[in-house]
Amino acid sequence: MPLLKIENLSKSFGGLKAVSNLNIEINDKELIGLIGPNGAGKTTVFNLLTGVYDKSEGNITFGDKNLSGLKPYQVTHRGMARTFQNIRLFSDLSVIDNVKIAYHQRTSYSMASAIFRLPGYYSGEAEMERKALELLKIFHLEDKAQETAKNLPYGEQRRLEIARALATEPKLLLLDEPAAGMNPQETQDLMNLIRWIREQFKLAILLIEHDMSLVMGVCERIYVLDYGMIIAQGAPDEIKSNPKVIEAYLGEEVV
Amino acid sequence: MGKWMNRQSLVTILGVLLIYGIVQGSIFMDVMPPFVALTLIQICIYVILSSSLNLINGITGQFSIGHAGFMAIGGYFAAIVIVKFHGPLVLALLVGAIVSAVAGFLIGLPTLRLNGDYLAIATLGLGEIVRIIFLNTEYVGGASGFSVPKTINWTWAFGLTVLSILVMRNFINSTHGRACISVRENEIAADAMGINTTKYKIIAFTLGAFFAGLAGGIYANYMYIIQPMTFSFLKSFDILVMVVLGGLGSLTGSIVGAIVMTVASAALAGLPEWRLVITAVLLVAMMIFRPTGLLGTKEFSLSFLGKKGDKNAASKN
Ligand SMILES: Nc1ncnc2c1ncn2[C@@H]1O[C@H](COP(=O)(O)OP(=O)(O)O)[C@@H](O)[C@H]1O
Ligand SMILES: [Mg+2]
Repeated sequence: MPLLKIENLSKSFGGLKAVSNLNIEINDKELIGLIGPNGAGKTTVFNLLTGVYDKSEGNITFGDKNLSGLKPYQVTHRGMARTFQNIRLFSDLSVIDNVKIAYHQRTSYSMASAIFRLPGYYSGEAEMERKALELLKIFHLEDKAQETAKNLPYGEQRRLEIARALATEPKLLLLDEPAAGMNPQETQDLMNLIRWIREQFKLAILLIEHDMSLVMGVCERIYVLDYGMIIAQGAPDEIKSNPKVIEAYLGEEVV
Repeated sequence: MGKWMNRQSLVTILGVLLIYGIVQGSIFMDVMPPFVALTLIQICIYVILSSSLNLINGITGQFSIGHAGFMAIGGYFAAIVIVKFHGPLVLALLVGAIVSAVAGFLIGLPTLRLNGDYLAIATLGLGEIVRIIFLNTEYVGGASGFSVPKTINWTWAFGLTVLSILVMRNFINSTHGRACISVRENEIAADAMGINTTKYKIIAFTLGAFFAGLAGGIYANYMYIIQPMTFSFLKSFDILVMVVLGGLGSLTGSIVGAIVMTVASAALAGLPEWRLVITAVLLVAMMIFRPTGLLGTKEFSLSFLGKKGDKNAASKN
Protein backbone atom coordinates (compact mmCIF):
# COMPACT_ATOMS: atom_id res chain seq x y z
CA MET A 1 0.00 0.00 0.00
CA PRO A 2 1.42 3.41 -0.90
CA LEU A 3 2.20 5.88 1.87
CA LEU A 4 0.49 8.70 0.03
CA LYS A 5 -2.16 8.34 -2.59
CA ILE A 6 -3.52 11.37 -4.41
CA GLU A 7 -6.52 10.63 -6.59
CA ASN A 8 -8.12 13.00 -9.09
CA LEU A 9 -7.16 16.02 -7.03
CA SER A 10 -8.38 19.34 -8.38
CA LYS A 11 -8.30 22.90 -7.15
CA SER A 12 -9.80 25.98 -8.75
CA PHE A 13 -9.27 29.58 -7.77
CA GLY A 14 -12.28 31.30 -9.27
CA GLY A 15 -12.02 30.47 -12.97
CA LEU A 16 -8.41 29.33 -12.77
CA LYS A 17 -7.82 25.60 -12.52
CA ALA A 18 -4.55 25.57 -10.60
CA VAL A 19 -4.53 21.78 -10.23
CA SER A 20 -6.62 19.37 -12.25
CA ASN A 21 -7.08 15.63 -11.99
CA LEU A 22 -3.84 14.99 -10.24
CA ASN A 23 -2.83 11.40 -9.47
CA ILE A 24 0.32 10.75 -7.48
CA GLU A 25 1.45 7.76 -5.44
CA ILE A 26 4.39 7.72 -3.08
CA ASN A 27 5.69 4.65 -1.29
CA ASP A 28 7.56 4.43 1.98
CA LYS A 29 11.07 5.88 1.84
CA GLU A 30 10.81 6.96 -1.78
CA LEU A 31 12.40 10.17 -2.98
CA ILE A 32 10.09 11.70 -5.54
CA GLY A 33 10.42 14.87 -7.56
CA LEU A 34 7.62 17.20 -8.55
CA ILE A 35 8.83 19.59 -11.20
CA GLY A 36 7.33 22.07 -13.58
CA PRO A 37 7.59 25.63 -14.81
CA ASN A 38 6.69 28.57 -12.60
CA GLY A 39 2.99 28.79 -11.93
CA ALA A 40 2.43 25.14 -12.83
CA GLY A 41 0.66 24.49 -9.52
CA LYS A 42 3.40 22.75 -7.50
CA THR A 43 3.06 24.81 -4.35
CA THR A 44 -0.71 24.52 -4.62
CA VAL A 45 -0.32 20.74 -4.45
CA PHE A 46 1.60 21.11 -1.18
CA ASN A 47 -1.03 23.45 0.19
CA LEU A 48 -3.73 20.94 -0.69
CA LEU A 49 -1.82 18.05 0.88
CA THR A 50 -1.20 19.90 4.11
CA GLY A 51 -4.72 21.28 4.48
CA VAL A 52 -3.83 24.93 3.89
CA TYR A 53 -6.32 24.93 1.00
CA ASP A 54 -9.52 22.93 0.76
CA LYS A 55 -9.53 20.81 -2.36
CA SER A 56 -12.23 21.32 -4.98
CA GLU A 57 -12.34 17.63 -5.85
CA GLY A 58 -10.51 14.39 -5.31
CA ASN A 59 -9.07 12.27 -2.56
CA ILE A 60 -5.91 12.27 -0.50
CA THR A 61 -5.07 9.16 1.47
CA PHE A 62 -2.10 9.13 3.81
CA GLY A 63 -1.22 5.87 5.47
CA ASP A 64 -4.66 4.36 5.66
CA LYS A 65 -6.40 7.61 6.57
CA ASN A 66 -8.26 10.09 4.46
CA LEU A 67 -6.97 13.61 4.96
CA SER A 68 -10.19 15.40 4.03
CA GLY A 69 -11.07 18.37 6.16
CA LEU A 70 -8.00 18.21 8.38
CA LYS A 71 -6.28 21.40 9.49
CA PRO A 72 -2.56 21.79 8.77
CA TYR A 73 -1.54 21.00 12.34
CA GLN A 74 -3.57 17.78 12.21
CA VAL A 75 -1.90 16.76 8.96
CA THR A 76 1.47 17.40 10.60
CA HIS A 77 0.37 15.24 13.48
CA ARG A 78 -0.40 12.41 11.07
CA GLY A 79 3.20 12.54 9.92
CA MET A 80 3.52 14.93 7.01
CA ALA A 81 5.80 17.95 7.37
CA ARG A 82 6.80 20.67 4.98
CA THR A 83 9.07 23.58 4.25
CA PHE A 84 8.01 26.71 2.42
CA GLN A 85 9.12 28.15 -0.88
CA ASN A 86 9.54 31.50 0.84
CA ILE A 87 11.27 30.62 4.10
CA ARG A 88 8.92 30.87 7.05
CA LEU A 89 11.02 30.60 10.17
CA PHE A 90 10.09 32.04 13.55
CA SER A 91 12.58 34.67 12.60
CA ASP A 92 12.85 36.62 15.86
CA LEU A 93 13.34 33.49 17.94
CA SER A 94 16.54 31.59 18.56
CA VAL A 95 17.54 28.73 16.29
CA ILE A 96 16.95 26.18 19.02
CA ASP A 97 13.52 27.58 19.90
CA ASN A 98 12.51 27.17 16.26
CA VAL A 99 13.23 23.47 16.58
CA LYS A 100 11.74 23.10 20.06
CA ILE A 101 8.42 24.49 18.84
CA ALA A 102 8.30 21.75 16.24
CA TYR A 103 8.92 19.13 18.96
CA HIS A 104 5.96 20.45 20.94
CA GLN A 105 3.35 18.13 19.45
CA ARG A 106 5.31 14.93 20.17
CA THR A 107 7.40 15.81 23.20
CA SER A 108 5.23 17.81 25.51
CA TYR A 109 4.21 18.03 29.14
CA SER A 110 1.07 19.32 30.78
CA MET A 111 0.30 22.96 31.39
CA ALA A 112 0.03 22.23 35.12
CA SER A 113 3.59 20.88 35.05
CA ALA A 114 4.67 24.13 33.43
CA ILE A 115 2.84 26.47 35.79
CA PHE A 116 3.72 24.64 38.99
CA ARG A 117 7.16 23.61 37.78
CA LEU A 118 6.49 19.95 38.47
CA PRO A 119 9.12 17.32 37.62
CA GLY A 120 7.41 16.79 34.27
CA TYR A 121 8.41 20.28 33.26
CA TYR A 122 12.10 19.71 33.94
CA SER A 123 12.27 16.32 32.28
CA GLY A 124 10.18 17.50 29.31
CA GLU A 125 12.33 20.58 28.75
CA ALA A 126 15.51 18.58 29.15
CA GLU A 127 14.37 16.07 26.57
CA MET A 128 13.36 18.79 24.09
CA GLU A 129 16.69 20.50 24.60
CA ARG A 130 18.59 17.29 24.03
CA LYS A 131 16.63 16.30 20.93
CA ALA A 132 16.81 19.79 19.47
CA LEU A 133 20.58 20.02 19.94
CA GLU A 134 21.03 16.57 18.45
CA LEU A 135 19.09 17.58 15.37
CA LEU A 136 20.94 20.89 15.05
CA LYS A 137 24.20 18.99 15.21
CA ILE A 138 23.20 16.93 12.20
CA PHE A 139 22.61 20.15 10.31
CA HIS A 140 25.84 21.74 11.58
CA LEU A 141 23.88 24.40 13.39
CA GLU A 142 24.59 23.47 17.00
CA ASP A 143 27.06 26.32 17.44
CA LYS A 144 24.35 28.73 16.41
CA ALA A 145 21.65 27.35 18.69
CA GLN A 146 21.25 30.63 20.56
CA GLU A 147 21.49 32.82 17.46
CA THR A 148 18.38 34.65 16.30
CA ALA A 149 17.07 32.77 13.28
CA LYS A 150 16.83 35.80 11.01
CA ASN A 151 20.55 36.51 11.50
CA LEU A 152 21.59 33.23 9.89
CA PRO A 153 22.93 33.29 6.34
CA TYR A 154 20.37 32.30 3.74
CA GLY A 155 21.63 28.76 3.19
CA GLU A 156 21.56 28.05 6.91
CA GLN A 157 18.03 29.38 7.20
CA ARG A 158 17.02 26.86 4.55
CA ARG A 159 18.75 24.09 6.47
CA LEU A 160 17.12 25.18 9.71
CA GLU A 161 13.72 25.05 8.08
CA ILE A 162 14.35 21.45 7.03
CA ALA A 163 15.62 20.59 10.53
CA ARG A 164 12.52 22.14 12.03
CA ALA A 165 10.26 20.10 9.75
CA LEU A 166 12.12 16.93 10.74
CA ALA A 167 11.51 17.73 14.40
CA THR A 168 7.83 16.99 13.84
CA GLU A 169 9.00 13.41 13.16
CA PRO A 170 7.34 12.98 9.77
CA LYS A 171 6.91 9.91 7.59
CA LEU A 172 6.73 12.14 4.54
CA LEU A 173 8.71 15.33 4.12
CA LEU A 174 7.58 17.92 1.59
CA LEU A 175 10.29 20.30 0.40
CA ASP A 176 9.23 23.30 -1.67
CA GLU A 177 12.15 24.50 -3.81
CA PRO A 178 14.71 24.08 -1.02
CA ALA A 179 17.54 25.10 -3.36
CA ALA A 180 15.97 28.38 -4.43
CA GLY A 181 18.48 31.18 -4.10
CA MET A 182 21.45 28.90 -3.50
CA ASN A 183 24.64 28.83 -5.53
CA PRO A 184 25.64 25.63 -7.40
CA GLN A 185 27.94 24.39 -4.63
CA GLU A 186 25.32 24.94 -1.91
CA THR A 187 22.74 23.28 -4.13
CA GLN A 188 24.94 20.22 -4.62
CA ASP A 189 25.52 19.96 -0.86
CA LEU A 190 21.82 20.30 -0.26
CA MET A 191 20.96 17.50 -2.66
CA ASN A 192 23.45 15.24 -0.90
CA LEU A 193 21.92 16.24 2.41
CA ILE A 194 18.43 15.41 1.17
CA ARG A 195 19.53 11.98 0.04
CA TRP A 196 21.25 11.45 3.38
CA ILE A 197 18.17 12.60 5.35
CA ARG A 198 16.05 10.04 3.59
CA GLU A 199 18.44 7.25 4.61
CA GLN A 200 19.03 8.51 8.12
CA PHE A 201 15.44 9.33 9.06
CA LYS A 202 13.90 6.55 6.99
CA LEU A 203 11.22 8.70 5.47
CA ALA A 204 9.75 9.49 2.09
CA ILE A 205 10.46 12.86 0.49
CA LEU A 206 8.48 14.78 -2.09
CA LEU A 207 10.74 17.42 -3.55
CA ILE A 208 9.46 20.36 -5.55
CA GLU A 209 11.96 21.88 -7.89
CA HIS A 210 11.70 24.39 -10.60
CA ASP A 211 15.10 23.58 -12.09
CA MET A 212 14.84 20.19 -13.76
CA SER A 213 18.54 19.34 -13.70
CA LEU A 214 18.68 19.47 -9.90
CA VAL A 215 16.27 16.67 -9.23
CA MET A 216 17.54 14.37 -11.96
CA GLY A 217 20.40 13.16 -9.80
CA VAL A 218 18.53 12.51 -6.57
CA CYS A 219 14.97 11.44 -7.33
CA GLU A 220 13.88 7.94 -8.14
CA ARG A 221 10.75 9.02 -9.90
CA ILE A 222 9.62 12.35 -11.16
CA TYR A 223 6.24 13.89 -11.87
CA VAL A 224 6.10 16.81 -14.25
CA LEU A 225 3.36 19.36 -13.76
CA ASP A 226 2.30 21.93 -16.33
CA TYR A 227 -0.79 24.11 -16.11
CA GLY A 228 -1.97 22.04 -13.17
CA MET A 229 -1.80 18.73 -15.01
CA ILE A 230 0.66 15.88 -14.90
CA ILE A 231 2.19 15.80 -18.35
CA ALA A 232 4.78 13.14 -17.67
CA GLN A 233 5.97 10.77 -14.98
CA GLY A 234 8.69 8.19 -14.62
CA ALA A 235 12.39 7.67 -14.08
CA PRO A 236 14.66 10.70 -14.54
CA ASP A 237 16.03 9.40 -17.82
CA GLU A 238 12.59 8.99 -19.35
CA ILE A 239 11.61 12.46 -18.19
CA LYS A 240 14.69 14.07 -19.63
CA SER A 241 13.94 12.86 -23.13
CA ASN A 242 10.17 13.29 -23.00
CA PRO A 243 9.18 15.76 -25.75
CA LYS A 244 6.23 17.12 -23.74
CA VAL A 245 8.52 18.00 -20.88
CA ILE A 246 11.06 19.65 -23.14
CA GLU A 247 8.27 21.65 -24.71
CA ALA A 248 6.87 22.79 -21.36
CA TYR A 249 10.28 23.95 -20.25
CA LEU A 250 11.17 25.42 -23.64
CA GLY A 251 8.01 27.46 -23.60
CA GLU A 252 9.15 28.91 -20.36
CA GLU A 253 12.63 29.68 -21.56
CA VAL A 254 11.23 31.85 -24.33
CA VAL A 255 9.09 33.85 -21.90
CA MET B 1 15.99 20.10 41.73
CA GLY B 2 17.63 23.36 42.64
CA LYS B 3 17.49 24.48 39.01
CA TRP B 4 15.46 27.57 39.73
CA MET B 5 17.75 28.56 42.55
CA ASN B 6 20.37 30.20 40.39
CA ARG B 7 21.81 33.58 41.22
CA GLN B 8 19.26 35.46 39.18
CA SER B 9 16.25 33.97 40.94
CA LEU B 10 17.92 34.43 44.29
CA VAL B 11 18.39 38.15 43.61
CA THR B 12 14.82 38.41 42.37
CA ILE B 13 13.45 36.71 45.48
CA LEU B 14 15.51 38.95 47.74
CA GLY B 15 14.33 42.01 45.83
CA VAL B 16 10.70 40.97 46.13
CA LEU B 17 11.06 40.34 49.88
CA LEU B 18 12.85 43.66 50.31
CA ILE B 19 10.09 45.63 48.57
CA TYR B 20 7.46 43.83 50.60
CA GLY B 21 9.37 44.37 53.85
CA ILE B 22 10.01 48.07 53.34
CA VAL B 23 6.39 48.82 52.49
CA GLN B 24 4.97 46.57 55.18
CA GLY B 25 7.38 48.08 57.71
CA SER B 26 6.32 51.63 56.83
CA ILE B 27 2.67 50.67 57.12
CA PHE B 28 3.33 48.99 60.46
CA MET B 29 5.16 52.02 61.82
CA ASP B 30 2.45 54.27 60.43
CA VAL B 31 4.79 56.37 58.32
CA MET B 32 3.18 55.49 55.02
CA PRO B 33 1.12 58.37 53.58
CA PRO B 34 -2.32 57.05 52.51
CA PHE B 35 -1.82 58.47 49.06
CA VAL B 36 1.34 56.42 48.59
CA ALA B 37 -0.34 53.32 49.97
CA LEU B 38 -3.16 53.73 47.47
CA THR B 39 -0.70 54.17 44.61
CA LEU B 40 1.17 51.03 45.62
CA ILE B 41 -1.99 48.95 45.58
CA GLN B 42 -2.94 50.46 42.25
CA ILE B 43 0.46 49.49 40.90
CA CYS B 44 -0.21 45.89 41.97
CA ILE B 45 -3.58 45.90 40.24
CA TYR B 46 -2.21 47.42 37.04
CA VAL B 47 0.79 45.11 36.97
CA ILE B 48 -1.58 42.14 36.91
CA LEU B 49 -3.76 43.82 34.29
CA SER B 50 -0.95 44.80 31.96
CA SER B 51 0.95 41.54 32.18
CA SER B 52 -2.22 39.55 31.55
CA LEU B 53 -3.09 41.68 28.54
CA ASN B 54 0.47 41.20 27.36
CA LEU B 55 -0.12 37.47 27.39
CA ILE B 56 -2.80 38.00 24.74
CA ASN B 57 -1.45 40.94 22.75
CA GLY B 58 2.28 40.66 23.21
CA ILE B 59 3.03 36.96 23.61
CA THR B 60 0.36 35.49 21.36
CA GLY B 61 0.07 38.45 18.98
CA GLN B 62 -3.70 38.85 19.16
CA PHE B 63 -5.40 42.18 19.54
CA SER B 64 -7.69 42.48 22.53
CA ILE B 65 -8.85 45.93 23.58
CA GLY B 66 -11.50 45.27 26.20
CA HIS B 67 -9.50 44.25 29.24
CA ALA B 68 -11.49 46.51 31.56
CA GLY B 69 -14.54 44.37 30.76
CA PHE B 70 -12.89 41.32 32.32
CA MET B 71 -11.74 43.42 35.22
CA ALA B 72 -15.36 44.48 35.75
CA ILE B 73 -16.63 40.91 35.64
CA GLY B 74 -14.02 39.81 38.18
CA GLY B 75 -14.71 42.81 40.39
CA TYR B 76 -18.47 42.47 40.42
CA PHE B 77 -18.54 38.72 40.91
CA ALA B 78 -15.98 38.89 43.70
CA ALA B 79 -18.09 41.62 45.31
CA ILE B 80 -21.27 39.54 44.98
CA VAL B 81 -19.61 36.61 46.76
CA ILE B 82 -18.48 38.88 49.59
CA VAL B 83 -21.53 41.10 49.99
CA LYS B 84 -24.44 38.84 49.07
CA PHE B 85 -23.10 35.48 50.17
CA HIS B 86 -20.63 36.56 52.87
CA GLY B 87 -18.02 34.27 51.39
CA PRO B 88 -14.34 34.41 52.28
CA LEU B 89 -12.03 36.69 50.32
CA VAL B 90 -10.08 33.92 48.63
CA LEU B 91 -13.26 32.33 47.35
CA ALA B 92 -14.52 35.71 46.14
CA LEU B 93 -11.34 36.42 44.20
CA LEU B 94 -11.36 32.94 42.74
CA VAL B 95 -15.00 33.16 41.64
CA GLY B 96 -14.38 36.56 40.05
CA ALA B 97 -11.35 35.30 38.15
CA ILE B 98 -13.05 32.10 37.02
CA VAL B 99 -16.24 33.80 35.83
CA SER B 100 -14.05 36.24 33.93
CA ALA B 101 -12.06 33.37 32.40
CA VAL B 102 -15.29 31.64 31.35
CA ALA B 103 -16.48 34.86 29.71
CA GLY B 104 -13.12 35.09 27.95
CA PHE B 105 -13.40 31.53 26.74
CA LEU B 106 -16.92 32.07 25.42
CA ILE B 107 -15.88 35.17 23.50
CA GLY B 108 -12.59 33.72 22.34
CA LEU B 109 -14.04 30.49 21.03
CA PRO B 110 -15.95 31.94 18.08
CA THR B 111 -13.77 34.98 17.36
CA LEU B 112 -10.30 33.47 17.63
CA ARG B 113 -11.10 30.86 15.01
CA LEU B 114 -11.36 33.66 12.50
CA ASN B 115 -8.38 35.57 11.28
CA GLY B 116 -8.17 39.31 11.37
CA ASP B 117 -9.38 41.80 13.90
CA TYR B 118 -12.61 40.17 14.98
CA LEU B 119 -11.18 39.83 18.47
CA ALA B 120 -10.63 43.57 18.75
CA ILE B 121 -14.22 44.27 17.79
CA ALA B 122 -15.60 41.54 20.03
CA THR B 123 -13.58 42.57 23.09
CA LEU B 124 -14.41 46.21 22.56
CA GLY B 125 -18.08 45.27 22.40
CA LEU B 126 -17.80 43.02 25.44
CA GLY B 127 -16.26 45.79 27.52
CA GLU B 128 -19.16 48.10 26.78
CA ILE B 129 -21.86 45.44 27.12
CA VAL B 130 -20.54 44.30 30.50
CA ARG B 131 -20.47 47.86 31.71
CA ILE B 132 -24.00 48.54 30.57
CA ILE B 133 -25.30 45.32 32.11
CA PHE B 134 -23.86 46.24 35.52
CA LEU B 135 -25.11 49.79 35.07
CA ASN B 136 -28.64 48.49 34.74
CA THR B 137 -28.57 45.77 37.36
CA GLU B 138 -30.04 47.00 40.63
CA TYR B 139 -28.83 43.83 42.36
CA VAL B 140 -25.31 45.25 42.19
CA GLY B 141 -26.22 48.87 42.80
CA GLY B 142 -26.64 50.12 39.23
CA ALA B 143 -25.10 53.46 38.39
CA SER B 144 -24.61 54.52 41.99
CA GLY B 145 -22.20 51.66 42.57
CA PHE B 146 -21.76 48.59 44.69
CA SER B 147 -20.35 48.99 48.21
CA VAL B 148 -17.85 46.36 49.22
CA PRO B 149 -16.03 46.16 52.56
CA LYS B 150 -12.31 46.72 52.31
CA THR B 151 -10.56 43.42 52.97
CA ILE B 152 -7.54 43.76 50.70
CA ASN B 153 -4.38 45.05 52.29
CA TRP B 154 -0.84 45.45 51.01
CA THR B 155 0.11 41.89 51.92
CA TRP B 156 -2.78 40.44 49.91
CA ALA B 157 -2.31 42.71 46.93
CA PHE B 158 1.43 42.22 46.75
CA GLY B 159 1.29 38.49 47.36
CA LEU B 160 -1.33 37.97 44.67
CA THR B 161 0.62 40.09 42.24
CA VAL B 162 3.81 38.11 42.78
CA LEU B 163 1.85 34.88 42.44
CA SER B 164 0.20 36.03 39.21
CA ILE B 165 3.51 37.08 37.70
CA LEU B 166 5.06 33.78 38.68
CA VAL B 167 2.28 31.78 37.05
CA MET B 168 2.43 33.85 33.88
CA ARG B 169 6.20 33.66 33.76
CA ASN B 170 6.13 29.88 34.18
CA PHE B 171 3.55 29.61 31.44
CA ILE B 172 5.49 31.82 29.04
CA ASN B 173 8.79 30.05 29.71
CA SER B 174 7.45 26.64 28.80
CA THR B 175 6.62 24.71 25.69
CA HIS B 176 3.06 26.07 25.92
CA GLY B 177 4.36 29.63 26.04
CA ARG B 178 6.60 28.92 23.07
CA ALA B 179 3.55 27.62 21.22
CA CYS B 180 1.82 30.97 21.87
CA ILE B 181 4.90 32.87 20.73
CA SER B 182 5.06 30.81 17.55
CA VAL B 183 1.53 31.95 16.74
CA ARG B 184 2.67 35.55 17.07
CA GLU B 185 5.84 34.96 15.06
CA ASN B 186 4.30 33.17 12.10
CA GLU B 187 0.90 31.61 12.34
CA ILE B 188 1.17 29.67 9.09
CA ALA B 189 4.49 28.15 10.09
CA ALA B 190 3.22 27.39 13.59
CA ASP B 191 0.26 25.55 12.12
CA ALA B 192 2.55 23.64 9.75
CA MET B 193 4.75 22.63 12.69
CA GLY B 194 1.82 20.97 14.42
CA ILE B 195 0.77 23.77 16.75
CA ASN B 196 -2.98 23.99 17.23
CA THR B 197 -2.99 27.75 16.81
CA THR B 198 -6.66 28.29 17.67
CA LYS B 199 -6.27 26.30 20.89
CA TYR B 200 -3.30 28.34 22.02
CA LYS B 201 -4.95 31.64 21.16
CA ILE B 202 -7.92 30.60 23.28
CA ILE B 203 -5.69 29.43 26.13
CA ALA B 204 -3.78 32.72 26.18
CA PHE B 205 -6.98 34.71 25.97
CA THR B 206 -8.69 32.74 28.73
CA LEU B 207 -5.66 32.95 30.98
CA GLY B 208 -5.46 36.70 30.31
CA ALA B 209 -9.13 37.09 31.21
CA PHE B 210 -8.61 35.05 34.38
CA PHE B 211 -5.93 37.39 35.69
CA ALA B 212 -7.82 40.50 34.61
CA GLY B 213 -10.72 39.15 36.65
CA LEU B 214 -8.42 38.60 39.60
CA ALA B 215 -7.18 42.18 39.34
CA GLY B 216 -10.81 43.32 39.28
CA GLY B 217 -11.50 41.35 42.43
CA ILE B 218 -8.55 42.93 44.22
CA TYR B 219 -9.74 46.33 43.07
CA ALA B 220 -13.30 45.75 44.27
CA ASN B 221 -12.19 44.59 47.70
CA TYR B 222 -9.88 47.53 48.20
CA MET B 223 -11.83 50.52 46.92
CA TYR B 224 -14.94 50.30 49.20
CA ILE B 225 -17.11 50.84 46.12
CA ILE B 226 -17.13 49.81 42.48
CA GLN B 227 -18.98 51.68 39.80
CA PRO B 228 -19.65 50.69 36.19
CA MET B 229 -18.09 53.84 34.81
CA THR B 230 -14.72 52.85 36.27
CA PHE B 231 -14.52 50.06 33.73
CA SER B 232 -15.01 52.16 30.62
CA PHE B 233 -13.06 51.91 27.43
CA LEU B 234 -10.63 54.48 28.80
CA LYS B 235 -9.52 51.97 31.42
CA SER B 236 -8.91 49.37 28.72
CA PHE B 237 -6.98 51.96 26.80
CA ASP B 238 -4.79 52.75 29.83
CA ILE B 239 -3.90 49.08 30.21
CA LEU B 240 -3.10 48.80 26.53
CA VAL B 241 -0.82 51.83 26.77
CA MET B 242 1.08 50.23 29.65
CA VAL B 243 1.68 47.07 27.62
CA VAL B 244 2.76 48.96 24.53
CA LEU B 245 4.92 51.32 26.54
CA GLY B 246 6.69 48.46 28.30
CA GLY B 247 7.12 46.50 25.10
CA LEU B 248 4.71 43.99 23.58
CA GLY B 249 5.90 40.52 24.47
CA SER B 250 8.02 41.45 27.49
CA LEU B 251 6.62 40.46 30.86
CA THR B 252 9.04 42.67 32.75
CA GLY B 253 8.21 45.40 30.26
CA SER B 254 4.55 45.18 31.25
CA ILE B 255 5.52 45.52 34.90
CA VAL B 256 7.67 48.57 34.16
CA GLY B 257 4.94 50.05 31.94
CA ALA B 258 2.33 49.62 34.68
CA ILE B 259 4.57 51.22 37.30
CA VAL B 260 5.57 54.17 35.09
CA MET B 261 2.00 54.92 34.03
CA THR B 262 0.50 54.52 37.51
CA VAL B 263 3.12 56.71 39.13
CA ALA B 264 2.79 59.30 36.36
CA SER B 265 -0.96 59.50 36.73
CA ALA B 266 -0.70 59.62 40.53
CA ALA B 267 1.76 62.49 40.22
CA LEU B 268 -0.69 64.24 37.93
CA ALA B 269 -3.68 63.48 40.11
CA GLY B 270 -4.22 67.20 40.79
CA LEU B 271 -4.25 67.94 37.07
CA PRO B 272 -6.50 65.29 35.55
CA GLU B 273 -6.78 67.19 32.29
CA TRP B 274 -3.03 66.79 31.80
CA ARG B 275 -3.09 63.04 32.18
CA LEU B 276 -4.28 62.35 28.65
CA VAL B 277 -1.85 64.89 27.24
CA ILE B 278 1.08 63.30 29.03
CA THR B 279 -0.01 59.83 27.95
CA ALA B 280 -0.21 60.99 24.36
CA VAL B 281 3.18 62.68 24.53
CA LEU B 282 4.73 59.59 26.11
CA LEU B 283 3.30 57.38 23.38
CA VAL B 284 4.36 59.66 20.54
CA ALA B 285 7.85 60.00 21.99
CA MET B 286 8.07 56.28 22.35
CA MET B 287 6.94 55.63 18.77
CA ILE B 288 9.66 57.97 17.57
CA PHE B 289 12.53 56.88 19.78
CA ARG B 290 11.65 53.36 20.72
CA PRO B 291 8.88 51.87 18.61
CA THR B 292 9.20 48.44 20.24
CA GLY B 293 8.46 49.81 23.71
CA LEU B 294 10.82 50.36 26.61
CA LEU B 295 12.04 46.77 26.70
CA GLY B 296 11.08 45.50 23.24
CA THR B 297 10.38 41.79 23.52
CA LYS B 298 13.40 41.42 25.81
CA GLU B 299 13.17 40.67 29.48
CA PHE B 300 14.84 42.91 32.02
CA SER B 301 17.47 40.78 33.61
CA LEU B 302 19.84 41.02 36.51
CA SER B 303 22.31 38.86 34.69
CA PHE B 304 25.08 41.41 35.13
CA LEU B 305 25.02 40.36 38.76
CA GLY B 306 25.76 36.77 37.83
CA LYS B 307 28.36 35.54 35.46
CA LYS B 308 26.26 34.82 32.39
CA GLY B 309 22.75 35.56 31.12
CA ASP B 310 19.84 33.45 32.24
CA LYS B 311 19.32 32.24 28.68
CA ASN B 312 22.71 30.59 28.58
CA ALA B 313 22.28 29.17 32.03
CA ALA B 314 18.97 27.63 30.98
CA SER B 315 20.38 26.05 27.85
CA LYS B 316 23.13 24.24 29.69
CA ASN B 317 20.89 22.04 31.76
N1 LIG C 1 -4.40 31.57 -3.08
C1 LIG C 1 -4.46 31.69 -4.42
N2 LIG C 1 -5.44 32.44 -4.99
C2 LIG C 1 -5.51 32.57 -6.34
N3 LIG C 1 -4.65 31.99 -7.17
C3 LIG C 1 -3.66 31.24 -6.67
C4 LIG C 1 -3.51 31.06 -5.27
N4 LIG C 1 -2.43 30.27 -5.04
C5 LIG C 1 -1.92 29.99 -6.26
N5 LIG C 1 -2.66 30.56 -7.25
C6 LIG C 1 -2.42 30.43 -8.68
O1 LIG C 1 -2.30 29.07 -8.98
C7 LIG C 1 -1.30 28.88 -9.98
C8 LIG C 1 -0.26 27.90 -9.46
O2 LIG C 1 0.52 28.54 -8.46
P1 LIG C 1 1.64 27.77 -7.63
O3 LIG C 1 1.08 26.52 -7.10
O4 LIG C 1 2.20 28.71 -6.66
O5 LIG C 1 2.72 27.46 -8.76
P2 LIG C 1 4.20 26.90 -8.62
O6 LIG C 1 4.47 26.60 -7.21
O7 LIG C 1 4.23 25.71 -9.50
O8 LIG C 1 5.09 27.98 -9.15
C9 LIG C 1 -0.73 30.23 -10.31
O9 LIG C 1 -1.37 30.70 -11.48
C10 LIG C 1 -1.11 31.05 -9.11
O10 LIG C 1 -1.28 32.39 -9.47
MG1 LIG D 1 5.84 27.39 -5.96
